[in-house]
Amino acid sequence: MNNMPSIVQVQNVSKRFLLHKDKSLKERIMFMGRARKQVEDFWALRDISLDIVAGSTVGLVGHNGSGKSTLLKVVGGIIQPTSGSVVRRGRMAALLELGAGFHPDLSGRENVYLNAAILGLSHNETDRHFDAIVEFSGIEDFIDTQVKFYSSGMYVRLAFAVAVHVDPDLLLVDEVLAVGDEPFQRKCMDKIAEFQADGRTIVLVSHSSDQVGRLCDRVVVLESGNMIHDGDPAQGIRVLRDGYEAVRISDLQAAHESEPVPSRLAIETVSAHTVVGPDGTDVVVQVIVDVEESMPGWGMGIAIETTLGMRIYSSDTFSLKRQLPTTIGRHVVQITLPDIRLGSGKYLVSVGLALATKETVDRRPNAASFDMPDDQHSTGLLRIRPTWKIDPSVASPV
Amino acid sequence: MSSASAEERSLRIAQEPLLPVGQSTGFITGTWSSIKEVLAHRELLGLLVRREIKARYKDSSLGLVWSLAKPLAQLLVYYFAIGQILGVARSIPSFAIFVFVGLIVWGLFTEIVSSGTMSIVNNAGLVKKVYLPREIFPLAAVGGGLFNFGVQLIILIAATIIGGQVPLTPDLALAPLALINVIIFASAMGMLLAAVTVYLRDLQHLIEVVLTVLFWASPVVYSFSFVHAAIAGTWLEQLYLANPVTLSVLGMQKALWLAGSTESNQVNFPPDLALRLWISLFISIALLWIAQRIFSRLQGNFAQEL
Repeated sequence: MNNMPSIVQVQNVSKRFLLHKDKSLKERIMFMGRARKQVEDFWALRDISLDIVAGSTVGLVGHNGSGKSTLLKVVGGIIQPTSGSVVRRGRMAALLELGAGFHPDLSGRENVYLNAAILGLSHNETDRHFDAIVEFSGIEDFIDTQVKFYSSGMYVRLAFAVAVHVDPDLLLVDEVLAVGDEPFQRKCMDKIAEFQADGRTIVLVSHSSDQVGRLCDRVVVLESGNMIHDGDPAQGIRVLRDGYEAVRISDLQAAHESEPVPSRLAIETVSAHTVVGPDGTDVVVQVIVDVEESMPGWGMGIAIETTLGMRIYSSDTFSLKRQLPTTIGRHVVQITLPDIRLGSGKYLVSVGLALATKETVDRRPNAASFDMPDDQHSTGLLRIRPTWKIDPSVASPV
Repeated sequence: MSSASAEERSLRIAQEPLLPVGQSTGFITGTWSSIKEVLAHRELLGLLVRREIKARYKDSSLGLVWSLAKPLAQLLVYYFAIGQILGVARSIPSFAIFVFVGLIVWGLFTEIVSSGTMSIVNNAGLVKKVYLPREIFPLAAVGGGLFNFGVQLIILIAATIIGGQVPLTPDLALAPLALINVIIFASAMGMLLAAVTVYLRDLQHLIEVVLTVLFWASPVVYSFSFVHAAIAGTWLEQLYLANPVTLSVLGMQKALWLAGSTESNQVNFPPDLALRLWISLFISIALLWIAQRIFSRLQGNFAQEL
């Protein structure tokens, strides 16, 4: 990797946005004396330096408003930085919005030529790729129909088909990969993999840490315009999630403060941690319950979710037929989930209390979290140690 | 997998020089690199012009005919209201041809300026999402204006042939000069206004008003002889003649309105018209250059202002 030439160099780039409050001539004249007060500024990027080598796939991640799209636009030349400079070589295609430049009144065919020209393809090159573009988009029957009659799915499929046939050395992608139905998305991912194999450089902005983890070999995490991580994807995603975690905790605290405290039965604290043993990882969840009034037959439920909100486990004491103490006072309930085989990353634990009538009295969504350790052998949601058996006599071709 | 092509690609990339992103702001080098960039995108420019023209008349059954409707209606109104009722036509021979020449030159100017003014704002989607040399948007407006002008010019030539006034005289050489002059001046205005309108949207309305007023500052529906009779020899006449659009209108009239030179004994054209046109052309080129520099300076913030 190190001997590859760099394709983009971002040198000490900062970008300041001015937010004008007034626009019309009348207001400008009215507020002429106070013009300074009508302008607010903030730094979208602060002193970012990056050296992107050819053939790498770089993911830009961060919260909303962290400056990742701005950085992508600066690299693409759409926005000029306030200070610092960007140098670049090779052919670039920016996919910041699918179908930018599509004209609704023109036919699909005309729009393919127009869009290809916008992305830098000559007429002859477009001629050469035209059949492949139409085939990729899968809308052969409608290619001579005006684009305004297309369904939104057809529209983005055609736009994406044009974009991937542009033959760029550097592809900038801004959250446009999540389009189309599942087969089409798979097609897009295959195309990206093909691009990577071809040694093209891809810089993508994404909110899906899953996608970033799968595609990128380098992750840059931005937070309010500052670069807080640059390098290993798994670590970058963890940095990002820790950031989300901080937001989640402060949200939770805010929500908790405004809620009236339920009186009879309440969760006091929830904590979770992993115990890494020789033959597996156990997760221990500890819930402290405050029982102020004897309440026979109450129960507790527990659920585990990924940080993206997919529920991967839930159970409760009702279905487990387990009794919980009914005496008044604080009770520590410890739940051990033995030998959890989940992939590395952060998982969230939700806990709820219910009466015997199944009426919920206290719910703590995402009350605690635990981290599964890194796995050198695999990625994904599951942690599996496969055994491989290879029998050459069966597999050999005829 | 196809690591051979990957290696090839990285070798090719290694040989290319690293170029700064965005437009250079140098005064002379900046212009040169902008011209090179626009030339590199000339195919796109052609497609954008075609997009404008096609989209404008798509789904209308008469299509192209509509681009003639406006000047013909204006011609009819001015011919009867000003020519016949107010009696201007009495001192202007072949009044219809005279008015039409002025109208199409003026129409070319207004179309380039007003659609140029809106070109960046109307293409906000593209400006914000794709990097292109942004000059091509006002230039595409020029292309659209020229197309309409071309159609109208064909009608005009047909009319001169039918009227037996084929302008095959040495004066015809003034026509290309006058046209290039008005096109370059209008492009300069369009480019400058396109950039400034992004920051000051009021301009689009202001321009409409100004263009309506300026219409009467060029000899379109009255001939230069009226101006000459009223303010001959004063600085006002020189001011009147300093307007590049006026000079182009006069140049086109001199070239295509045969009756103005042969049947009329009035002072329909100022002296040294060709010299004035050349001076105006050089000033327009300088203006276009300055406009492009201002455009280039302002375009860096287009994406965030739109």
